[in-house]
Amino acid sequence: MTMAPEPPAKPLPQVGPDMQPFFDAARRRELVVQQCGRCQTLRFPARSICSTCLARDARWIPVSGHGHVFSFAVMHQAVHPGFAAKVPYAVVVIQLDEGPRLLSNLVDCAPGDIRIGMPVEVVFDDVTAEVTLPKFRPRRAGNQPAVST
Amino acid sequence: MPRHPLRAATAIAGLGLTPQGKVYGNSAIGFAVDAVQAALDDAGLARTDLDGLLVNPGLTWGDLGMGSFQLQQAMGLHDLRLSATMNLGGATAAAMIQHAAQAIAAGLCTTVACVFSDAPLKPPEPKGERRSSGAAYAFARGWEQAYGYYGVNAMYALVARRHMHLYGTTQDHLGRIAVAQRKWANLNPAAQLYEQPLTLEAYHQSRWIVEPFHLFDCCLVSNGGCAVIVTSAERARAARRPPVWIWGMAQGHLGGDPADSLASGAVLAKDPAFRMADVTLTDIDVVELYDCYTFTVLVTLEDYGFCKKGEGGAFVAEHVTGPGGGLALNTGGGQLSSFYMWGMTPVSEAVIQLRGDGGRRQVPRHDVALVSGNGGVLSTHSTLVLSRLAS
Repeated sequence: MTMAPEPPAKPLPQVGPDMQPFFDAARRRELVVQQCGRCQTLRFPARSICSTCLARDARWIPVSGHGHVFSFAVMHQAVHPGFAAKVPYAVVVIQLDEGPRLLSNLVDCAPGDIRIGMPVEVVFDDVTAEVTLPKFRPRRAGNQPAVST
Repeated sequence: MPRHPLRAATAIAGLGLTPQGKVYGNSAIGFAVDAVQAALDDAGLARTDLDGLLVNPGLTWGDLGMGSFQLQQAMGLHDLRLSATMNLGGATAAAMIQHAAQAIAAGLCTTVACVFSDAPLKPPEPKGERRSSGAAYAFARGWEQAYGYYGVNAMYALVARRHMHLYGTTQDHLGRIAVAQRKWANLNPAAQLYEQPLTLEAYHQSRWIVEPFHLFDCCLVSNGGCAVIVTSAERARAARRPPVWIWGMAQGHLGGDPADSLASGAVLAKDPAFRMADVTLTDIDVVELYDCYTFTVLVTLEDYGFCKKGEGGAFVAEHVTGPGGGLALNTGGGQLSSFYMWGMTPVSEAVIQLRGDGGRRQVPRHDVALVSGNGGVLSTHSTLVLSRLAS
């Protein structure tokens, strides 16, 4: 009797040095965005050049992890086999209270319950022993704080 | 006001369209050669008449650098005075025609072939022989992929969802566009979905790709090539087929996040193009809008002023855009239902309609056509106003 093959895992983030600080911070349970070293504009994802003032220097700074759903799309095709057991699932664009938007997933919320404008807060999903993905959940009274600061 | 010097200074003299869809045994560059030769034959011109070549390489041109030079060599073309490989996504086709027209009007060259081709579809492999390699999941490299975010369908879906949220656009609105275009395709023997009718009910029942997009909200995938020959007024008059005059042209590239603007670059391109053409919307008989998705058509209708921003849904609910309706829109079936040659799909259908070659789908009044091209996620935009009349 042959064993059924293991279902393929979801892909892990494959990033260069530009985006690595974002995932390093997630290991520390911190949500960070990039800030221009000259004009202070916040941005995400990482860029090597500030599109506002064209400066090259930038730092990563922690943000509250609070925001709201700006838009979402429900994926019905498992483009990658790691998601085959997950369809349909939603990808969401989170508008952070501090301004930048980031693409993520919602936890504790079925795709059919997602609404634009829904308040959310960051949670940290340890997808492996080494990799943590910032994700979001609906912000409700009584939620345990997810951000240690 | 004096006439714009570019108005009707040049014309499309030839159209070349290869078989479209699941057409195997030809390469992307091979389809380009066939399309350019077909366009030359259509115009009654020879390869030696060409002195310009503009190429929009599809995805499968891959790393073939300097595409227009590769095609020049493949076709044995000599002594060109204009050559470029351009990529504004789906806005490229109309943009190539603009650059060709400008160069011809400036006296830099006389006769330019503009071509798109691609061959992304592979013949089905026998069962059990599917190859798998480490490169198979190369598309999953990055960080957004870890969240399951893949492809342009999802990118447009995020923008469409904003439009639905802010303006009350519904699934039914999107479906009406799909159904109307399919009705046109059912009159177009060259359309990939010629023999497949579509009802609004069947649209709603079709599988989801990325919500809010059903299968029939998304464009087709096609192997094939499409080329046009742009030439001077003098040469166009001497060509085998009646000229399709280039009355107006413009581009618009908004920058920023399309989820904020919920608009295409038509909001920039329309006015200068219509001014050059000396037309208003009421002069337009045939409308060929770039349609990578139903949603793209809805937004583009708003941006050309057929209705106000946010009212695209109500517009397609209140107006018949299929055969026999008040607005002749995407009359070959568009990329949703005929074939996907990026911006060349709307260009080719405009040429067919203006010449009166539309057969069962011919629009009775066909003096002036509006053509749009759109690339990226509402990132790039090009406009052409074409006419069968010289003035």
